[in-house]
Amino acid sequence: MSARTRVPLFLVSAAGLAALLGFGVAGLPAFGDYHGPYGLVLNHVVLAQRHTTNVVAAVVFDYRGFDTLGEELMLFAAVAATALILREAREEEARQVVDSVQSEPVRAVGLAAVPVVILLGLFVVAFGYLTPGGGFQGGTVVALGLLLVYLAAEHRAYRRLTPTHVVDVFEGGGAAAFVALALGALLGGLAFQQNFLPLGRIGALTSGGSIPLLNWATAIEVTAAFVLLFGEFLEEVMVERRPG
Amino acid sequence: MSYLPYALAVWLLVVGLYGVVTSRHLVHLVVCLTVAQSSTYVLLLAVGYRKHATAPIFKGIPLGTKATDPVVQALTLTDVVVSVTVLALLLAVAVQVYVREGTLDPDEIPAVRG
Amino acid sequence: MIPLQVAAIVLVGAGGLAVVLARDLLRQALLNSFYGLQLVVLFLVFQAPDVALAALAVGGGAAPLVILATLAKLRAREERRR
Repeated sequence: MSARTRVPLFLVSAAGLAALLGFGVAGLPAFGDYHGPYGLVLNHVVLAQRHTTNVVAAVVFDYRGFDTLGEELMLFAAVAATALILREAREEEARQVVDSVQSEPVRAVGLAAVPVVILLGLFVVAFGYLTPGGGFQGGTVVALGLLLVYLAAEHRAYRRLTPTHVVDVFEGGGAAAFVALALGALLGGLAFQQNFLPLGRIGALTSGGSIPLLNWATAIEVTAAFVLLFGEFLEEVMVERRPG
Repeated sequence: MSYLPYALAVWLLVVGLYGVVTSRHLVHLVVCLTVAQSSTYVLLLAVGYRKHATAPIFKGIPLGTKATDPVVQALTLTDVVVSVTVLALLLAVAVQVYVREGTLDPDEIPAVRG
Repeated sequence: MIPLQVAAIVLVGAGGLAVVLARDLLRQALLNSFYGLQLVVLFLVFQAPDVALAALAVGGGAAPLVILATLAKLRAREERRR
């Protein structure tokens, strides 16, 4: 189908789609008028049932933990597939690439910011079930902190900091720990992925039962997956660049 | 006025699809797909919003304060993080297409050969 | 609906249109980052701080890196082909 026939056909069908979606959306309750029972019930009972103050984290790791398991395996599969595709296509010549940052202030400030960003990411993960945050968000921030090493210094420093076999172990280990915690509840005679550790005091870091453990397993897996992803993409760019 | 966020979701979906249909470059197509995907985030969060409500975090806030729906937020937040890995996968496939076919124009890439 | 929400919604709509209509790829990558930032503000105004944190980390660092690395790789390949 040529481009000339495609656009008018699309415009007609887009108008139909927009009309249908508009009709569907008009049946929703007005914005701000939420009266679905699930959310209201959860907001009332989570503090008593799980002792965590961040209801969203409790939903992600406990009440809807099965969906999170699926999402984590999706993350794992997508990163594995990307690595597979990129490694197969990479050319075999390894060039001596000189790409280090020359400007001293950029290098100094950038490298000084790396531990700050990593610490910020770890904070977001650690307090993720008390205040906004969690394994997904904090894991991404820690991976970006490690990427800052590449931005501030050079590509080889990033590769040396994140060797592939170590990152692979962390990624697989994080996903396996999540699944093991979920299955472990089965071994103890409870339902799959049921919260089986003692709930602590509300507001303390030890509250929530098995939510902190799942939180950290997710954070480790997300960090390792993103570090791997960034490494693959950077290697793609670096392998072909000419020196100088 | 109270249906504006839902209209935004429909608008983003249609605009993203228009970008996909009229795209001349596979990377441009993939970025337009992310725009279409963000329409689902907007729709989900708009459904869960309550007027004059706060976020569903109860640290230091008395229980019983009006809060928005946490379930849709949980679904959206895992989706946002995983979508960027899918974006990376699509871009890796685009690079492979360029290596094999030499062009990234969707109209010029030949159909799959046996 | 408070005016801040209306402003955020209008900006996101305009930002999405701008990303789609951009034809130069580098410009589109930058507009995509800016669109991500607008989405973060929208999520905050909808009282969803967890989602806003995730969108900020992803749209501010991960997605731009992946897109720009792909563009650099394609440009390097194109120069070699000539």
